Amino acid sequence: MSRADWEVVIGIETHAQLKTASKIFSGASTAFGAEPNTQACAVDVALPGVLPVLNKEAVAHAIRFGLAVGAEVAPRSVFARKNYFYPDLPKGYQISQFELPVVSGGGLTIVTSAGSKNVRLTRAHLEEDAGKSIHELDNSLALSHGRSGIDLNRAGTPLLEIVSEPDMRSAEEAVAYAKALHALVTWIDICDGNMQEGSFRCDANVSVRRKGESKLGTRREIKNLNSFRFLQQAIEYEIDWQIEQIEDGHAIVQATVLFDPDSGETRMMRSKEDAHDYRYFPDPDLLPLVIDADWIGKVKADMPELPAAMQQRFQSDWGLSEYDAVTLTASLDTARYFIDAGNLSKGEYKAAANWINGEIAALLNKRQININDPEVPSPEELAMVISRIKDGTISNAGAKKLFQALCDKRRLELESFAKQLTTASVQQIIDDMISASDLRQMNDSGALEAIIDEVLANNAKSVEEFRSGKDKAFNALVGQIMKASKGKANPQQVNDLLRAKLSS
Amino acid sequence: MSLSLDDVAKIARLARLELTDAEAAQTLGQLNNIFGLIEQMQAVNTDGVEPMSHAVDVAQRLREDRVTETNQREAFQSVAPEAEGGLYLVPRVIE
Repeated sequence: MSRADWEVVIGIETHAQLKTASKIFSGASTAFGAEPNTQACAVDVALPGVLPVLNKEAVAHAIRFGLAVGAEVAPRSVFARKNYFYPDLPKGYQISQFELPVVSGGGLTIVTSAGSKNVRLTRAHLEEDAGKSIHELDNSLALSHGRSGIDLNRAGTPLLEIVSEPDMRSAEEAVAYAKALHALVTWIDICDGNMQEGSFRCDANVSVRRKGESKLGTRREIKNLNSFRFLQQAIEYEIDWQIEQIEDGHAIVQATVLFDPDSGETRMMRSKEDAHDYRYFPDPDLLPLVIDADWIGKVKADMPELPAAMQQRFQSDWGLSEYDAVTLTASLDTARYFIDAGNLSKGEYKAAANWINGEIAALLNKRQININDPEVPSPEELAMVISRIKDGTISNAGAKKLFQALCDKRRLELESFAKQLTTASVQQIIDDMISASDLRQMNDSGALEAIIDEVLANNAKSVEEFRSGKDKAFNALVGQIMKASKGKANPQQVNDLLRAKLSS
Repeated sequence: MSLSLDDVAKIARLARLELTDAEAAQTLGQLNNIFGLIEQMQAVNTDGVEPMSHAVDVAQRLREDRVTETNQREAFQSVAPEAEGGLYLVPRVIE
């Protein structure tokens, strides 16, 4: 049997760290990267007698998310204790939500090579993060002598755990979902989305079943995937592994597994038999969370235009493809860049989209930077490049050279680009560069005809070959003409003129 | 419903409590008494009564998102059994 005989079922749980100044239940700072345990107050280290007090902003973020995914925001939700022992959880329980979460339902549209589809969301609930256990540290005698170190700075950081329905059918869909969710939480500004720092981490529940089977297979949960690439690799590996197990006659045992990026494999962390028994119960320290319609209305009034609405607008107003619309709304920064470049180029939205998804995407990838980086030409500069193609000053090939030169110039002269440039000075810079790099396209047909005549005179053999039916000879002549014009002739114009001359 | 000694052993393990056989037997009796009380309460007809998570019908008070705490690491770690380089030290744990 091959993979084609199997259906893959994936559900994803995401922990998004909420963007707040202070922790969810205490007034300690949430800033990343501080000295260990300097941002862990009495509540976070769980000294006896302390009481948690809920952060209003964390709740507002949860409401914002609920509205963004079309979910129900609960008028009344309850915090519960999830009990387990681990040294980075000093209370012996995590404050979370269980039976009555703050957000229920909703959905997210994803786009893959197969088209778009809706992934339903089960719920989203508020909870606190745990601290960090450190097992290895340079120059530490204690850690190397059978000790682990505990840093509680992260303990109590607000999280929104977002749970999807098992609606994804491939690793590609799972990654598309994770990316869409990442784009959304950063778009509505409730999470900084920094995956290296752990602000956005995914757990994937994966199972397989034979095609046509209605019963779900036994799932295994891959924990803590903190990059889209690892998510993809881990799921691909897990799918192959599960199919192989079943085809070899073994049953899948429900388990939690970890992905090892070095080997590209998943390995078992714990099986269901020793899985945690969390004994949830309502936290007596926290009263029910009440959210009235007034508050929801205020949050709604503050909401930016969402990526889905913007994608619709890009397609219906500016004629972009669904693919372009989706990639351009991968982040709010990209969308803003695109809208600015399109407006400044006087409505050349399709061209702006092609540049952003082509040259700019390649630049970002190559330099590992984001679109707001000072190395990236501004929307104004891109618009000017597009305008110069439009008015025939430069060819597409010339524009690519110009863009490259612009990137190099920015890299070398970052300071001079740091200040806000006026439209006039951007135009001056671009036009100077076109002249300096000799990129101006030859639009004078008289001059071009002179070149063509000279090339024809010097290549009588090619002309003869073309007349006797060898099409290849035509291309050789075009090549000669482009060379003679130092690459500045308009290729379409060369084609037309040459064909006219040869057939006369 | 009544508990067995195995249930008591499991609950004790989850709570990281070490019980002697005598203590387990005594705990079993006490827990079963509590279950008896719960059974009595469950016999009451509660049709149409909204379940509560708390005994008082008040909403959670919310706090403005402001940093109000200062670094107290030194004070906290002075009473910790072991600390080094700002970290609390515990017997090595690796999952």
